[in-house]
Amino acid sequence: MKPGLAIGGVLAGVALIAALVSLVWTPYDVTVLTIAEKLQPPSAAHWLGTDHFGRDIAAMLMVGARTSLAVALVAVGIGMGLGVPLGLLAAARPGWADELTMRGNDLIFAFPSLVIAILITAVFGPSAINAIIAIGIFNIPVFARVTRGGAMSLWTLDYIRAAQVAGKGRARISAEHILPNIANLLIVQGTIQFSLGILAEAGLSYVGLGAQPPLPSWGRMLADAQTMVTLAPHVAIVPGLAIVATVLGLNLLGDGLRDALDPRLRRAR
Amino acid sequence: MSLLSITDLSVSINGTALLNDVSFTLAPGEIFGLVGESGSGKSLTALALMGLLPQGALTTGHAELEGVDLLNQSEKSMCALRGNRIGMIFQEPMTALNPLMTIGDQVAETLMVHRAMPRAEALAVAREKLDRVGLPEPRFPLHIYPHELSGGQRQRVAIALAIALKPALLIADEPTTALDVTTQAQILELLRDLVDDEGMGLMLITHDLAVVAGLATHTAVMQSGRIVEQGLTEPLFRARAHPYTAALFAASAHQPKRVDIGKPEPLLVVEHALRAYTLARPSAFAPRPMLYAVNDVSFTLHEGESLGLVGSSGCGKSTLTRAILGLDRLQGGEIRLFGKPVGPNMPNAMRADVQVVFQDPYGSFNPRWRVDRLVAEPFHLLPAPPADWRERVAEALVEVGLHPDDRRKYIHEFSGGQRQRIAIARALITRPDLIVLDEAVSALDVRIRAQVLDLLANLRVSHGLAYLFISHDLSVVRAITDRVLVMEAGRIVEEGPTEALFTAPRHEVTRRLVAATPQIPPDWMEKIA
Repeated sequence: MKPGLAIGGVLAGVALIAALVSLVWTPYDVTVLTIAEKLQPPSAAHWLGTDHFGRDIAAMLMVGARTSLAVALVAVGIGMGLGVPLGLLAAARPGWADELTMRGNDLIFAFPSLVIAILITAVFGPSAINAIIAIGIFNIPVFARVTRGGAMSLWTLDYIRAAQVAGKGRARISAEHILPNIANLLIVQGTIQFSLGILAEAGLSYVGLGAQPPLPSWGRMLADAQTMVTLAPHVAIVPGLAIVATVLGLNLLGDGLRDALDPRLRRAR
Repeated sequence: MSLLSITDLSVSINGTALLNDVSFTLAPGEIFGLVGESGSGKSLTALALMGLLPQGALTTGHAELEGVDLLNQSEKSMCALRGNRIGMIFQEPMTALNPLMTIGDQVAETLMVHRAMPRAEALAVAREKLDRVGLPEPRFPLHIYPHELSGGQRQRVAIALAIALKPALLIADEPTTALDVTTQAQILELLRDLVDDEGMGLMLITHDLAVVAGLATHTAVMQSGRIVEQGLTEPLFRARAHPYTAALFAASAHQPKRVDIGKPEPLLVVEHALRAYTLARPSAFAPRPMLYAVNDVSFTLHEGESLGLVGSSGCGKSTLTRAILGLDRLQGGEIRLFGKPVGPNMPNAMRADVQVVFQDPYGSFNPRWRVDRLVAEPFHLLPAPPADWRERVAEALVEVGLHPDDRRKYIHEFSGGQRQRIAIARALITRPDLIVLDEAVSALDVRIRAQVLDLLANLRVSHGLAYLFISHDLSVVRAITDRVLVMEAGRIVEEGPTEALFTAPRHEVTRRLVAATPQIPPDWMEKIA
């Protein structure tokens, strides 16, 4: 196994395990405020210190991982689940199907994403679910474009013609030949969108439209900490590092997976 | 005085020796041919001279151009030499030019970089050079883009770019391999003229012995990183002293044994086939012009017959092939296989009767599948894959000269020739009656090509196959077909038995094709006593 894949796996794994463990156990209850113990530096009792309400930051981080990862994962899932088939369709059927899907894409692209996200959350009420939907919708055209571009260059290759001569239809060729060969593009784009998803969730939570208190999220932890950065820097640094480590881990994981799934690169190891 | 002198040039990359003790000299005004198969180190020699070897390369020996040592230069002084004293032309004219720059700017760029020439002046020189390579003013203004030019015209631009600064040495790496025969003849003539007029030395790298025979005064034959023999072209080619040279010659003149299994029953009938494309409007309200890619084509292919279809690029061969394979619809006329109409909606059982082998051994396979799945893909045409499909794949691999254990490998583990064998195995798997060979051996080295042609001839006998052999390479068509169709601008202009047609071409297009095909002079081939 390449070191990048291992490091990425460990970093992403830690975030995932923290999120899962928080479902059954956290060191402290994040809904209980202990103002007397506010802004404590890391100690034996509070490994990562406490925030301005005296909540344990380690516990907040674990519960926040749940929110941030869920929002980003589901948002990427929505984008891939709808964008990739649309992109494959557009590439397989040049003409009206292509025009229709791509002009639809342009329509979504034409709106500034954050404005629409704010609109959605404003109309349907601020919540983690609505943040997921808002971020997910904007992932659709991204994946549709990447898929279409990759697929169109593959459609000109001889092995696609060979598959046509073997009587395979466009849908089947898209699934069997095109999709596996653009997987590397999608994995890379997926990790980028995932990172952007975490950041977008942080942004929405920052303006109060994402996860609602008392449910913590990494983005809101950062937002809350910004006024106290000089007073108690660890309150901002800890969630910041958590975001950096997770995003870095996922990028390494994506790169490693791309290489590991490609038979041409597998041999070179 | 020699222009370029190379002594004991060796290159190793990451510890693997790739070039061993290569030595030769090149005089001004001389054409030096470097021939060999792919992987023999021809291109690597050129890259070593240009200082363009990849990271991890270790070079030893000497190489001097006009007394300047080429191997121990800083990157900065090599940059000053490249393009200035050494020009280079590459194989693929489609990717050698920047698609976003006008041809004038691309040629002027080298002048502006090396001579610090003002743009207007550089463009004037660019104009002069483009005129020189046969792209004169009214038809080819400086402000047109590469996509507006054909492959041969782009190669001319690449040549203009390479000679813009009157380099002392011009390196041409397979300059005509991607072009069809008529264009190839024109480009080779242009190169010879340039050498004569400008007195530069030309190092011509190619796998084609006939090209070297017609052009080069001196020739070196390379095999796995070594020059096995070199000297004046004619005596070298006549003597063929080294066994490798002799083997190359034997392979390029190879004729697979003639088989005659043709029956009078028609297998594929094409009647008045018509396929036209509408082009973009030349101006806003002008009617859309039509391009007749296939224009009233009729012919019959009999059972067990090997039929050739030749023509220069853009003559409509590919469009016709797609229609015969049932991938595209015709706009007029009809194609029938065993009397039943061929088209995009034909039943799978009919598709199983016609299979295809493509030109590019690298683009013909999904790189993520193993060989067994690749070869078995046409089983999709049967109602259900046969229960013994693994055995049939193994059997097909053996038939094309590979090992049954190759089933579990990925395609990148095979060489070009082996890949083409796998492509043939894939075509055979449904036991078709007709295989369309679309430039199927054009990308292969001569010795591999000879083996694949033998294989095709044998398979034809053992399976009673008919071939439709599409190619621009007349020598190959001549070796393997019974009858030939010559196509030009969407029409069949001449048809007849292969030998008769090539020895006494009647139509002007055929005559032009035959004349343009590079040939080793027949008397060179006579075996010396």
